[in-house]
Order: sequence, then structure tokens, then C-alpha cells
Amino acid sequence: MSVIAADDDLEGAPRPRGTNYINAERGIVSWLTTVDHKRIGLMYLGSVLVAFALGGFFALLLRLELLSPGHTIMSANQYNQAFTLHGAVMTFLFIIPSIPGALGNFLVPILLGAKDVAFPRLNLLSLYLYWIGAIFTLSSIVTGGLDTGWTFYVPYASTTNTSVLSVTFGIFVLGFSSVLTGLNFIVTMHKLRAPGMTWYRMPLILWSLYATSIVQILATPVLAITLLLLMAERVFHIGIFDPALGGDPVLYQHFFWFYSHPAVYIMILPGMGIISELIAVHAQRKIFGYKAIAFSSVAIALVGFLVWGHHMFVSGQSEVAATIFSFLTFIVAVPSGIKVFNWVSTLYGGSIKFTAPMLFAMCFLFLFTIGGLTGLFLGMLSVDMHLHDTYFVVAHFHYVMMGGTVTAFLGGLHHWWPKMTGRMYSQKLAAVAAALYFIGFNVTFFSQFILGTRGMPRRYYNYLDQFQPLHAFSTFGSWLLGVGFLLMLYYLLKSLKSGAIAPQNPWGGKSLEWTDAASPPVTENFEHRPVVTEGPYEFNEGKS
Amino acid sequence: MSATDKPARENEFQVAHHFDSADVQFDAGRMGIWLFLVTEILLFGGLFCAFAVFRSWYYADFVEAHHHLNRVMGAVNTVVLICSSLTMALAVRSAQMSKTKLTSLLIGVTLALSCVFLTIKFFEYSHKFHEGLLPGRYFTAEGFHGHHAGIFFAVYFMMTGIHGIHILIGMGLMIWLLRRNMRGEFSSRYYAPVEGFGLYWHLVDLVWIYLFPLLYLIG
Repeated sequence: MSVIAADDDLEGAPRPRGTNYINAERGIVSWLTTVDHKRIGLMYLGSVLVAFALGGFFALLLRLELLSPGHTIMSANQYNQAFTLHGAVMTFLFIIPSIPGALGNFLVPILLGAKDVAFPRLNLLSLYLYWIGAIFTLSSIVTGGLDTGWTFYVPYASTTNTSVLSVTFGIFVLGFSSVLTGLNFIVTMHKLRAPGMTWYRMPLILWSLYATSIVQILATPVLAITLLLLMAERVFHIGIFDPALGGDPVLYQHFFWFYSHPAVYIMILPGMGIISELIAVHAQRKIFGYKAIAFSSVAIALVGFLVWGHHMFVSGQSEVAATIFSFLTFIVAVPSGIKVFNWVSTLYGGSIKFTAPMLFAMCFLFLFTIGGLTGLFLGMLSVDMHLHDTYFVVAHFHYVMMGGTVTAFLGGLHHWWPKMTGRMYSQKLAAVAAALYFIGFNVTFFSQFILGTRGMPRRYYNYLDQFQPLHAFSTFGSWLLGVGFLLMLYYLLKSLKSGAIAPQNPWGGKSLEWTDAASPPVTENFEHRPVVTEGPYEFNEGKS
Repeated sequence: MSATDKPARENEFQVAHHFDSADVQFDAGRMGIWLFLVTEILLFGGLFCAFAVFRSWYYADFVEAHHHLNRVMGAVNTVVLICSSLTMALAVRSAQMSKTKLTSLLIGVTLALSCVFLTIKFFEYSHKFHEGLLPGRYFTAEGFHGHHAGIFFAVYFMMTGIHGIHILIGMGLMIWLLRRNMRGEFSSRYYAPVEGFGLYWHLVDLVWIYLFPLLYLIG
């Protein structure tokens, strides 16, 4: 009953479709009690997009405030709260759950040829925990804000009179949500592969989600205990982190970064997986170095556990420790480099189609490479002394987290949108939006590299007049980004109403979601249990 | 579509729709439990790490403070927990052999032993509260030479407190297991929840086996 192919960009009148996972049951209760991984993925998608809009709103406010020195639109205290919420919302409510929660939930069972994840009810619980955690985190907006930065460094976090408790408790709960998702994915990949789906026939996004899940399981509990200790410190003043009582604030930083550095791999690894799919499918080319990409994901996950100290070069840790952390930081660049080279090699000789997902993949290659290379500047001890806590760091992690993960997320969203919703969006508008995004991003953040090298400290409300032109330039870029996102919202929503019906395989992909599942898929994914006989990247390459 | 080819008795176990067979489903559940236990070890790992750091910093204070813990109560509790681990292991075995009544009895004994553990812990805690042997700012006990005994009690209360919460959760789960067992849901064909809980309970026991010597014996 696969849907008949329709032309890509034709905005023809929508035709009635058969039963699928979206219309199989009706009513809000059927959604809230569903155990279908696709519906849970869709609810995750809606939730993380709301969080992204909220975090983006704070970002625009921040940039507007920084348009000119001194007071522009908000007070210094409001500024502190705005950047804290921007960071906390973007990190914990958007990036971490974005790709695994939304796209991963939708894709993992389908790509494996399974009917669902291993623990469907646990999956729903993970979504509920996400909502509960989000409510606690966001409640701080109305209960006095939060001004610690998203890192909650003690001793300030144990003395400020803003609502540290509700946010840390919210993030504690969000951690459980993240662990459950990771646990579910690992077991699913081990136990629910379709007949013939060997490990080396798995699409690369599954390898990267597997690596992500390992990090989620091994790192998140440490954050949980750190936040529990922080809450106890704040409520009972137990003296573990508070130097006034004999505690050690640097221990807090070790604990925090033992989670939060691996967490940046929770954020970037799924994005790397998406890029592997996008580049292979939209260049119709067998992925170059399948095993190298697969194992570099695992390598990043493992080495990523050993580099947390590079956030603490100026915290007073020993010189020996700093030197070792610096060395290991360089090591972790190797598997990332392996991936980039393999993606570029895949493009070589491919029949590249500049579809919207491919445009985002190209953006990713540029932005992530810049983000990754500037990471090496910061990993170098002597250079870091100068650049630590400046806008250079801000620019670096935005190039990796936004230029990397968000770009990949957008690419993945455009790639699997037809599969998830059964509708095509306008390729022309998508190309315009991708261009706006790329230009807006570089205008916003490249100027911050320059600001940082000239000594502009991060998180400052006020600044010297000499920085004003670059700050204004950056703010202008943030508006371009905002317009780009609004445009995406417009044509994606429009596609739901009047987009052309998506064919089963609009991009010519070879993995199971394109070859064996309808757009959108039926409730248990496949009409017939798929049997896998070859890898996911066996494209017919006559001429190259 | 789904695997409902065998006629089902009342309360008979049925393979969930997305698994090929009961074996795969059991394996998946078992793997999930083991992964969950890994997260538990890392959770406690943070506390053990904090213990190691502060013990090396404030060695004399830790030694002095640990003399104020009640070794007899701690030792009795250790024996109680190890016994409860044994009865739980036997409960898993009897569930595997479809001996429903024996399973109920053994889970009941495990539950009773966990109550004993918490009762003893309650008396230990109330004694500490009474003496002012409390964390950080609330540390009011007198006659200490060092200034950092409060940190020892911070670590002590965090570690034993989080362990105690795990015992409490375990008790809730045992009541749930008992109810399901009495309804006849567990047999040699399906005992995964009993086994999974058994693994959890052994881990809770194991954590205590490390806590007891570290806190009570060597300080």
C-alpha cells in the first residue's frame, strides 16, 4: 500500500491517504497514552521546537541588549537572568533531547526494521519526565529568575537568592529522561534488529546514536549526584562545595564537567550521524569509510570522557593535570577529523543534488570545521590563558553546538519531514532559508571570534566603546537568523496544510525508512517484516 | 500480526507485540536492568569520589569523626542486608521453579529484613541528630579537635541517605512484586520482574558493603 510517488515541488491538491500512525487513532488522550515511538518522537519534536523558540527569543533579547554599551533594553540583573535561561533552555531542553528524542525516537526502530523500541512504555515515561523537568526549569521565569549561568558554579549558586533549586531539580529530572532514552536505544539496537540487519549494515546515524547513548548512560548519573549535592549544599549548607565551610568549589567544577563535557558529545554525535545520512543520500554515493565513521563515533564517546579538565585550565588545577587534559583534547580532534574527511571524500564524484537537506549538510561541513579547529586554539594551554572566558569561547561553542548540531538537526528535519508528516515543503523557500541561516550565523558569530581575541569577556553586560561596531554587527546577524527561522516555520507549517503528498522515497534513499515504510509509516512501521540483504548505502553508481 | 497463536490462560504471560519471542523479550529486559545498574554505580561513584577527596584532605578529622558512628549497629545492618540478599536470590530461584507460595514467603522475608535495616538506621540517625553530629553548618557537637568533622557527616548523610532512599524504593517494588506474585503472574515461563528486582537489590546490598567499611571502620 505504498503511497504513489508525486512530483517533488508540485503543490497539488492534497489527496486522501490511507491509515498511518498519525490518523490511526484520534483524540488527545490517544496521543498522551500512546506507546508508538513515532508519535512519541513527534511529541518530542513539538516540545523541543517550543524550547528552541523560547531559547532563541532570549538570544535575540541578549543580542539586542548588547547592541550598544550600557543600558539598552534591560537591566544588568535581567541580562544575567536572560543569558542563564538562554543557556539552560538551549542546553538541557533543546540540544540534548533534540536529535535523540525527536528524530532518534522516530527513526531508530524503523532504521532497524523493528516495530518499536525495546521498552515502549519507558519511552513514554521519558517524554513525561522531559515535560516535568521542563516545567520545573521554566518555572524559574516567574519565581525570581536564575542568574548563575547554566553551569551553576558554587559558591555563587549556593548563595544567590534566585531560584536555583527549581532549575537544578528540573535538570535532575531531565537527566532521568535522557538516561531512559539512551538505555532504550542501546537495548533496541542489540535486540531488535531485523533479519539480515548486521551491525555493519546499520545506517551510520544508528552508530552515532549508539555512541550517544553510551555517553548518556555513563555521564548523566554523575550530573544527577552533582546536582543533588548542590541542592543539599544550598538547603543545608553541608559544606562539600562551599569553601567557607571547608568544601571544595573546584570539586564541583570537576563533577560538573565530568558530565558536561561528555554532554557536548551527546549533543554533537547525533548531528554527525545525520550528516552521514544526508551526504550519502543526497549525493547518491556510497559512504566513504563506513567503518572509520562508525568507530570514530565510538572513539569520540570514549575519549570524550577524559578531557573535561580543559574547561578548568585557569581554575587552579595542577599543571600536570592541565597538560594531560590539553594533550587528550588534541586526541579527540582526530576522530572528528576522520569524519569530516570521509564526508568530503563521499561527496567527491557523487551526483550532488542541492536539495534543502544537502544545503544544510554543506553548512554543517563549513561551520563545524571552523568550530572544531577553533577548539584546538582553546585546547592549547598558553593560548587558552588569553582566550578563556572571552567571546572567542562563545563563538567556538556556538559554531560547534549551533553550527554543528542545530544545522544537522535542521538538515535532518528537512530530510525526514516527508517521512514524518507525509508532505513535501517548498524547496525554493527552504534554499532561501538555508542561505539566510548560513549568512546570519556567520555574521552573528564570526564577529565574536574577533571580539574575543581583542579581549571582550563573555557574560558582560557592559563593554568598552571600541567593541561597539562588532557587537552591532553580531546583533544584526541575529536578526538575519531570526528571519531565517521564521521562514522555515512558515513553509514547514504550510506544507502540513497544502504541501504536495510525499512519495515513499523522495530522495532515493536506500535505508529501510525509504525502501520499506510508507510516508508516513503505518502504526507498526512496516506492512511486511523487512529482510535486509545489503548495506544502506548501495547506490547505483554507473558513472563517477 | 501479533503473536497470539497459543490459547492464553488467565494471567498467562504474553510476548509483547514488538518482540519476536519471549527469549528476546527476557534478554532485552535483562540488558535494560544491567544498564540501569551501571547508572546506579556512577551515581554512587560521585559520592565515593567526594569521600576519597575529603578523606585525603582532612584525614585526621575523618578518623576522629568516624569514631562517633556506631559500629555494632552498622555491623548488624550489614548482616541484615546480606541475609536479605540471600532470601531475594532464593526468591528468584523459587519463582523460576513456579513455587508461588514459597516465592511470596521469601519476598516477604526480604521485605521484613529491609524494615529491620531501616529501623536500625532510624535509631542511628536520631542519635546523630540528638548529638548534633550533622553536616556542615548544622554541626554542633563539641569536643572535636579538627574543624572539618561536619564534612565527614555531610558525606555520611548523603551516602547513607541516598542508599536509604534506594532501600525505600526497593520496599515499594517488593510490595508490587508480592501483589503480582499472589495473582499468579510469575512462573517458570515468566519471572523477569522478580529477577530484575533481585539484581537491583543485590546492587543496593553491594553499595552498603562498601559503605560500611569505608565509613564505619576506616573513616
